[in-house]
Amino acid sequence: MAQNLNPIPPELFLWEEALPGGCHWSGVLRRGNALRLTDLSGRANVAALFYNAEEKLERYNMPDTLKAQHTAHLTTGHALYSDMGHVLCSMITDTCGWHDTVCGVSNAEMVKAKYGETTYQTRRNAMYRNGRDSLLIELGKWGLGKRDVVPNVNFFSKAVADEAGRLHFDETNSRPGATLDLRFEMNVLVVLSAAPHPLDPRPDYAPGDVMLTAWKSGTPGADDVCRNACAENQRGFYQTEILYR
Amino acid sequence: MSSFNLVESPFDPKTAVYNAVVDAGDPWLHEIKKGQVFRILDLEGNQAVDTLFYNARDPDERYSAADTVRAQGALYLTAGTQLMSTEGRVMLTITADTCGRHDTLGGACSCESNTVRYALNKRPMHSCRDSFLHALAHYDGGLTKRDITSNINFFMNVPVTPEGGLTFADGVSAPGKYVEMRAEMDVLCLISNCPQLNNPCNAYNPTPIRVLIWDAPSQ
Repeated sequence: MAQNLNPIPPELFLWEEALPGGCHWSGVLRRGNALRLTDLSGRANVAALFYNAEEKLERYNMPDTLKAQHTAHLTTGHALYSDMGHVLCSMITDTCGWHDTVCGVSNAEMVKAKYGETTYQTRRNAMYRNGRDSLLIELGKWGLGKRDVVPNVNFFSKAVADEAGRLHFDETNSRPGATLDLRFEMNVLVVLSAAPHPLDPRPDYAPGDVMLTAWKSGTPGADDVCRNACAENQRGFYQTEILYR
Repeated sequence: MSSFNLVESPFDPKTAVYNAVVDAGDPWLHEIKKGQVFRILDLEGNQAVDTLFYNARDPDERYSAADTVRAQGALYLTAGTQLMSTEGRVMLTITADTCGRHDTLGGACSCESNTVRYALNKRPMHSCRDSFLHALAHYDGGLTKRDITSNINFFMNVPVTPEGGLTFADGVSAPGKYVEMRAEMDVLCLISNCPQLNNPCNAYNPTPIRVLIWDAPSQ
């Protein structure tokens, strides 16, 4: 497991913002900068979608990401590919070890059936938010909508498949203080929801809080862990870099 | 290998209201009405049939690989699987399957992903996503690249290991195997009969399929 860079040297620090459990966020991260996600309580799930900020028809593609790297989960060394053969961002460190990208997000009906109904009127900002509506709200801020929701990443969550393909959620995957660093290889619109993972069997609605920390990582060198994880990534990083020549 | 749940169909091809061959590498776009039964027949074996579904009345609602996996809590598609939409509704139910396992994680090949997966000089080769775009360009329904989401790969076997590895395993299909599903809403079906020449999963030999539709059985 890669060494965490904690703490970030002051000269590399850009900004920091809290993402409370259940809440949603979006923003643009630029090539050469990184976003650190920290699971503060050990019970976070961060559903994430990624779009090329300059051409939002280009977006995160779960199948292309998995096929290129012969993996069904994400951790250190993995690149997150767009549908156009480019690397949107890459996971340069990860103290958690497994991030899901096959299970999707919760929706309003599921959250109501599983946790009960809460509304703004009764709970104010402690109302139960669901993953799909949260992503749609953030997407709407950028002129995107239902047609733009594709299979997402679920940071800090793990569901293991048995031989028959049946999925088993691992409640012990993350821990308080677990971090990952996503280095951006393009200028990327990032859309996040910290609602619970759809397969999390725990009966209480208690999604963990997350800290978002942006810092200047620089662009990958020739010896980069993600670039050299496989021949496919060497080609993917090359194709991404020529966009900026 | 766990045993597959193989289910045969009661339907006779002679009574199908639609029966056509889709050649290797071609797209196919067709509406299937609620209650109709839709069969895809693997004529020569181990052909990847990349398939997307849209609600024919409101195409903003479309097949969702993630919702299908989430809803059944399992990765592979077979008889009994409900194909879910982005709105969390059942679009089609798989009612018969003589193959036993179908993939929905592997997506569709594209010239861009081929350059990453195989070699930079593979870009000129024909691909599923080009077929999807070709079909949508000639379709008057307002669908574009924006609507090409993660698809089903009928007849493809893409096992995930408990360690989280992903492999394109030897096919489990064979000539004459089929998968059949009942439409639970009016759906638009978009198929790319995969032209991939770089992957051993189809023995480097894309082949034709047959598609059949039966009207809803009278009760």
